[in-house]
Amino acid sequence: MFTSDVHGMSKRLKKKAAPVRGRKLEKTLTGIDGLDQITGGGLPKGRPTLVCGGPGSGKTLLGIEFVVNGAVKYGEAGVIMAFEEKGDELSTNVASLGFNLDELQRSGMLKIDYVHVDKAEIEETGEYDLTGLFIRLGHAIDSTNAKRVVLDTIENLFSGLSNEGILRSEIRRLFQWLKDKGVTTVITGERGVTTLTRQGLEEYVSDCVILLEHRVQNQISTRLLRVVKYRGTFHGTNEYPFLIDADGISVLPITSLELNSDVSEDKVSSGIASLDKMLDDGSGFYRGSSILISGTAGTGKTSIAASFANATCQRKERCLFFAFEESPQQIIRNMRSIGMDLQACVDKGFLRFHSSRPTMHGLEMHLVEIHKMIVEFKPRVVVLDPITNLVTIGSVSEVKSMLIRLIDFLQKEQVTVLFSALTYNNSTTEQADEGVSSLVDAWITVRDLESNGERNRGLYIMKSRGMKHSNQVREFVITDEGLQLVDVYLGPDGILIGSAREAQQLEEVTGQELKTYAGTRRDREILRKKTILEAKIASLQEEFESVRDELTRAHQEEELRKEIMAKNRNELTRNRYLNKKQSQSPKSPKPNGKGRKKI
Amino acid sequence: MAKAEKKYELRLYIAGNTPKSSAALRNLKKYCEEHLKGLYSIEVIDLLINPKLAEGDQILAIPTLVKKVPEPVRKIIGDLSNEAKVLVGLDIRPVK
Repeated sequence: MFTSDVHGMSKRLKKKAAPVRGRKLEKTLTGIDGLDQITGGGLPKGRPTLVCGGPGSGKTLLGIEFVVNGAVKYGEAGVIMAFEEKGDELSTNVASLGFNLDELQRSGMLKIDYVHVDKAEIEETGEYDLTGLFIRLGHAIDSTNAKRVVLDTIENLFSGLSNEGILRSEIRRLFQWLKDKGVTTVITGERGVTTLTRQGLEEYVSDCVILLEHRVQNQISTRLLRVVKYRGTFHGTNEYPFLIDADGISVLPITSLELNSDVSEDKVSSGIASLDKMLDDGSGFYRGSSILISGTAGTGKTSIAASFANATCQRKERCLFFAFEESPQQIIRNMRSIGMDLQACVDKGFLRFHSSRPTMHGLEMHLVEIHKMIVEFKPRVVVLDPITNLVTIGSVSEVKSMLIRLIDFLQKEQVTVLFSALTYNNSTTEQADEGVSSLVDAWITVRDLESNGERNRGLYIMKSRGMKHSNQVREFVITDEGLQLVDVYLGPDGILIGSAREAQQLEEVTGQELKTYAGTRRDREILRKKTILEAKIASLQEEFESVRDELTRAHQEEELRKEIMAKNRNELTRNRYLNKKQSQSPKSPKPNGKGRKKI
Repeated sequence: MAKAEKKYELRLYIAGNTPKSSAALRNLKKYCEEHLKGLYSIEVIDLLINPKLAEGDQILAIPTLVKKVPEPVRKIIGDLSNEAKVLVGLDIRPVK
């Protein structure tokens, strides 16, 4: 029965919507934020529930809220039987919480019966029973048709009446009688030393027991609620912090163990265009993600946070800014100096500040408060600046557990959250950050880069889940117009920042000028050379032409000579032949002298 | 017995005719006859019939005897079986 977990609880909650069938335990909603969640739908219907706790732990308030909520929210009349405070005292006490008991009494939805027990007035002799009380209660219930009853605090009977035996049996009978009447009852009881209640009332109430505590640790108080037992149903077993404020009690069961919240592809700008450009497609972080900005003192974490908030408001989305160090006025003034008008955002209702010292209350109470404000204001973006200060009121592991639950809750609500965290220069690792660095989706670090006798800010993205991101260390400057990342400047000796970068930039501009000048001079030189060479080429060409002419002439002459010579020879040969013919005519056929000789 | 003595107004709250209630009424009548003859009036209120009246006199236990007059108001709960206690409670000096 007690091995329930929240997983089971939430499942049950979902089932609750379906019509209840069979012998499933019916429940009565308390209307108290969070308590209905922990108990999986409220208190056991028609049965008594014991609410115990020390003085000032909020027992009476819980009881009254149960009845008032019944009357106001669920249309169920109720009876408050007060053993401690008179009806009008009770009305006055809870009026500050916005409960108008007198009005409810007039409308017949509520009946307050003050039971006065004074030992001095009463003499006991012989046997008696508490039928008088039963009749009074019965009359109150019947006259209003009440479904809810609070007995606050029935243990007072023990101080007024001395016969404990009768009292115990009568109280047992009373609870049984209330069960038979089918009213859902809240019985409050003062916490005992070893028992849950001084008189051991838990013996008689076996269905549901809720324990309230008011714990003070390091001078910081935290109210805690725990469902000690709840017969026949699953319930949250943890100690849940709760808050009593102007709206009464709210319990905060942020312990979702499931990691199945919806994710968004949507992106939100960081408010610094150049930072967005370092991320994937330049449109910023995923909506609903958690972003951590860590850095040493004075590196501009708050400024980054403020520009994120500002960007949110410019998109006409709501942003809730929790400041743990500065007052809203201070932040608004400071951000005005870098060109951000947060006041306008506040005026338009897009931005809400909540400043509180971390030491104001315990860690859990902060969580409850943050939770409550988020539920109320419904922001799309939440900024916590800085979370480091929370360590003053809890250990690192406590802070981490709180932030886990906060991130969980915000993710479920699709709220983008930005934390800023202070890291110390001497920390050996970058992992300080209250241990949240592993939880967050994106982590940006701003740090001092010291060189050449000056301090500059360098910003880089340590991680950004699910998107490409730049690996560069970018110089980060805060100007009158807001925040900017300077383009990376790679000098001959690595990355240059600050004045070194500026000097290098100047030098480059000078160099450019000189280069341009030198360039033109060289061009002219080349041009000249070219002209000269061209002239040379022309003369050589001429020379070549004449040489070639010479050569051609020589060739032609040779040809001519050959031709002429050949012609001459032919001429010669023919002439000779003719001469021979003429001389041989009488003594034919003698072709030539040789032939003739041979013959 | 001095006639100047104030009259006792007594109310006995009961819830139905239970043995305890009748015992209380019997005892009360006996003591009054013995010690307050002619000086008392007893009003028996049955809360089963008039449940509204329980709140006015802050009745818890049954039976309860309330002495309204003379002041101070006192309540005696139980079946009134202990005579001495009842007499002390009603502030009556027993007749010797």
